[in-house]
Amino acid sequence: MSTGVEIEEKVRGAWLDGVNPVTKLVLALLLSVPLFASIDVVSGLVAIGLQLLCLPLTGLRWGTVLKRLLPLVIFAPVAGLSMLLYAEPAGRIYWSFGFATISEDSVSLAIAVSLRVLALGLPTILLFGRTDPTELADALAQVAKLPSRFVLGVLAGTRMLGLFLDDWRTMGLARRARGVGDRGALRRFFSMAFVLLVFAVRRGTKLAMAMEARGFGSGIQRTWSRPSQLHARDGVALLGGAVIMALALAAAVALGTFRFVWS
Amino acid sequence: MSTSTRTPNATSTGTGANPWRWRVVDIVVAAVLGVAVGLLFWGWNVVGGAWFGAADAVTPGLGGVAVGIWLIGGVIGGLVIRKPGAALVVEVVAAIVSMLIGNVWGVSTVLSGLVQGLGAELIFALFLYRRFGLGVAALAGVGAGVAAWVFELFYGGSPNILKSLEFNTIYLVCVAVSGAILAGVVGWLLVRALAKTGALSRFAAGRELAREV
Amino acid sequence: MTDATPARVQAAGWGWRYAGRKRPAVSDVSFAIEPGERVLLLGASGAGKSTMLAGLAGVLGDADEGERTGSLLIDGAAPESRRGQAGLVMQDPDAGIVLSKVGDDVAFGCENLGIPASDIPARVAEALEAVGLEVPLRRPTEALSGGQKQRLVLAGVLAMRPGLLLLDEPTANLDPEGVAEVRASVERVVDATGATLIVVEHRTPVWVGLMTRVIVLAADGGLLADGSPAQVFAEHGPALADAGVWVPDQPLELPVLPAAPDAAESVLSATGLAIARTSRTVVRSGLDVRVPRGNATVITGPNGVGKSTLALTLAGLIPEQDGEVVAASPLAGRGGRRPFRWTSRELLTRIGTVFQEPEHQFLTQTLHDELSVGPKALGWDAARTASVVDALLERLHLSDLALANPFTLSGGQKRRLSVATVLAASPEVIVLDEPTFGQDRRGWIELVALLQEEIASGTSVVAVTHDAGVIRHLGGHRIVLEQAS
Repeated sequence: MSTGVEIEEKVRGAWLDGVNPVTKLVLALLLSVPLFASIDVVSGLVAIGLQLLCLPLTGLRWGTVLKRLLPLVIFAPVAGLSMLLYAEPAGRIYWSFGFATISEDSVSLAIAVSLRVLALGLPTILLFGRTDPTELADALAQVAKLPSRFVLGVLAGTRMLGLFLDDWRTMGLARRARGVGDRGALRRFFSMAFVLLVFAVRRGTKLAMAMEARGFGSGIQRTWSRPSQLHARDGVALLGGAVIMALALAAAVALGTFRFVWS
Repeated sequence: MSTSTRTPNATSTGTGANPWRWRVVDIVVAAVLGVAVGLLFWGWNVVGGAWFGAADAVTPGLGGVAVGIWLIGGVIGGLVIRKPGAALVVEVVAAIVSMLIGNVWGVSTVLSGLVQGLGAELIFALFLYRRFGLGVAALAGVGAGVAAWVFELFYGGSPNILKSLEFNTIYLVCVAVSGAILAGVVGWLLVRALAKTGALSRFAAGRELAREV
Repeated sequence: MTDATPARVQAAGWGWRYAGRKRPAVSDVSFAIEPGERVLLLGASGAGKSTMLAGLAGVLGDADEGERTGSLLIDGAAPESRRGQAGLVMQDPDAGIVLSKVGDDVAFGCENLGIPASDIPARVAEALEAVGLEVPLRRPTEALSGGQKQRLVLAGVLAMRPGLLLLDEPTANLDPEGVAEVRASVERVVDATGATLIVVEHRTPVWVGLMTRVIVLAADGGLLADGSPAQVFAEHGPALADAGVWVPDQPLELPVLPAAPDAAESVLSATGLAIARTSRTVVRSGLDVRVPRGNATVITGPNGVGKSTLALTLAGLIPEQDGEVVAASPLAGRGGRRPFRWTSRELLTRIGTVFQEPEHQFLTQTLHDELSVGPKALGWDAARTASVVDALLERLHLSDLALANPFTLSGGQKRRLSVATVLAASPEVIVLDEPTFGQDRRGWIELVALLQEEIASGTSVVAVTHDAGVIRHLGGHRIVLEQAS
């Protein structure tokens, strides 16, 4: 009846659902930060490939993942563009104009960078596609031992997101109705942003009052109706993540493409 | 203005003595502000993302001009809540929200949000969390910008340390100026306008304006 | 429900002044409420009712935020030390719900009070049953209706087993069905637990049957009245009605407009209309509607049936999914007779829209500027703008607030301001979405009188409303949307 770490009602119970959200956070970092050490095509590709192999464990559908990857795929070349034009020139120079120089080196760096955008974005999509914010907050407070006032206060505040989206849409309609909808998109953005902030502060203040009236933050030692714990599966997940990273970097070293970022 | 006062009857919230302790309303409003700012970041991504790419292609490092808006979370947090960690919390929550709604950088967003928030936080700390005028706000924007620059030198999607010196210098200047204006000045103006609506009545930022008027 | 001992409340010369304000919000209040009493707290707008309840809940803040005078005791102790013994339900249900699932939210208070985790599920079930909210524990709180949300907040409060229930305008933002639900729940709860009840409401006919006592706060300090309902209403009825309270048996002195004649020409019409908020979910289809000129058109129907969507579609703000809204030919813009095709400026002089939440429409920092937005967009010169603005300020009794910030106004004033901004451009049609939501008696009368004036001068008014009084007094044409089968 009450919620627990076991999720009976999700469409298909996934292996990853049994992993504690704090572990997932550590995993996300684990699957991203080591990639920063080297900019090359191989490590990025291997990391992406291995992670995609783990898709069945996450319980997400291919369609969902691909849909979320799409903006990344579109944006990756833009990130590469800057590297293409302005990296320190090395190897054969193809083209040069003013400060911009396209060289052999910058081309390979640009490709590696674009791939890395994907490799960095993928863990978040895979790990947090089905995470419940309340579960995450429970884990942060109980397992990671972060102060519960902060964690729960932030959780409560984030519930407002849906309301803000509605507000934004309505404000857009209201501005059309008031005769200012034709021009000045930038000005409209700032004016709507301002009202959104007013709503934010007001709602936050009222919510804080309601929470305090229910005994929140009053110094009494609180109990948890949804216990969050670590299990063996968390260790397995972390190990798996470490293995993926090790393989990716090892592949790069083995194929000689490893390139330390500070070299 | 918020000097420590002695409460006649010690309340169970225990906030009477320490002006740096976060009240529940501080926490919740910081979170909600973070969510709202995160939403604005996501909206601005559409504008700013394109500008970034385009400006970068035209002149190296000039993409830094749009960066300022992404630094505004820390400035607003620090100016409204006025407690240690406020700038950091708001900027990080904003980064998380904008990442979750769907932006392209993944975990890097949160890391850069952390660093940017720290940059602003350091400036507020330098002034001992007592000064919150226009100058401090602009400096906090610069602080966040410089922190972002340092972070992107080594991390991020394409570490700038691999790019030329000209690129990095121009980028630094652009980011600092953008931070000062788009985050610092705009942030200060926004908070002031917020205070005038009466919404900040539970915060020092709101009360000091009420006295002026 | 056991264990909730009804609380005794004692106030002696109690007052509170918010930091940064010159005058206290409440001053010199003294009363003694016995356990189990049911008190209706009344007073003019600004008399400090919400402050009083916040003080009783112990959430007013510390010395930084204001200054206390006198004493306020719940069962002999200060409210701040009795968190969890007083349960507070506020006006805005969205601001009172903390977590995203029903079961989690109800458990929140218990967790805060340190109730052992094994006891919590039982309390949650008990509380939900007491308010009559039969939804699964995993239901997302966002998916609940207004009335359900308020009952959820009430359940969350009840799970703490408080001896004192504090309700601050709990039904202000609800439709009649929601109001009835909440009222029934509260009665059930109070009968079962015998908790002391203090309610702030200006919609007294709904609550007066349940109350044993009425306390009226005076605007400038102290109490205006304190006694049984019959007594207080008999002595102070007219004064209270003037102050905005819906006192039972005080007649409204407003004309009742007649129904619209069938022959009246339509200023807006649509056949086979399908409406939707977003292009994915069509809310209604096959609608044949018309808006007769010079009359009121009232759109009614149950919650969620699409009334607001219809109004905004007629107003040219949301595109039609099927069929077309057609305006009478004198209204045609450069793009034709379909309002959605008109530019924002053309729309301004033809159809004005007043949204449910006035603040969604505010653009500037002072009332004067706010009213000038429309004229400026139309390119009027300064002199003409000034005269129009001044006239409107006069007409709507907002002249002395000309330089105030729109966000600092009271609910009624904000509503009048948003209507005024629409009137500045003198449109042919005015569309209003729930104009009397949350209005006290004074605001209500002013607004309905204003609309009747506009109708008399030939403007067509379209109003989405639940309010039976509005429907009655505006007459005109009715569009009734029924639940889609």
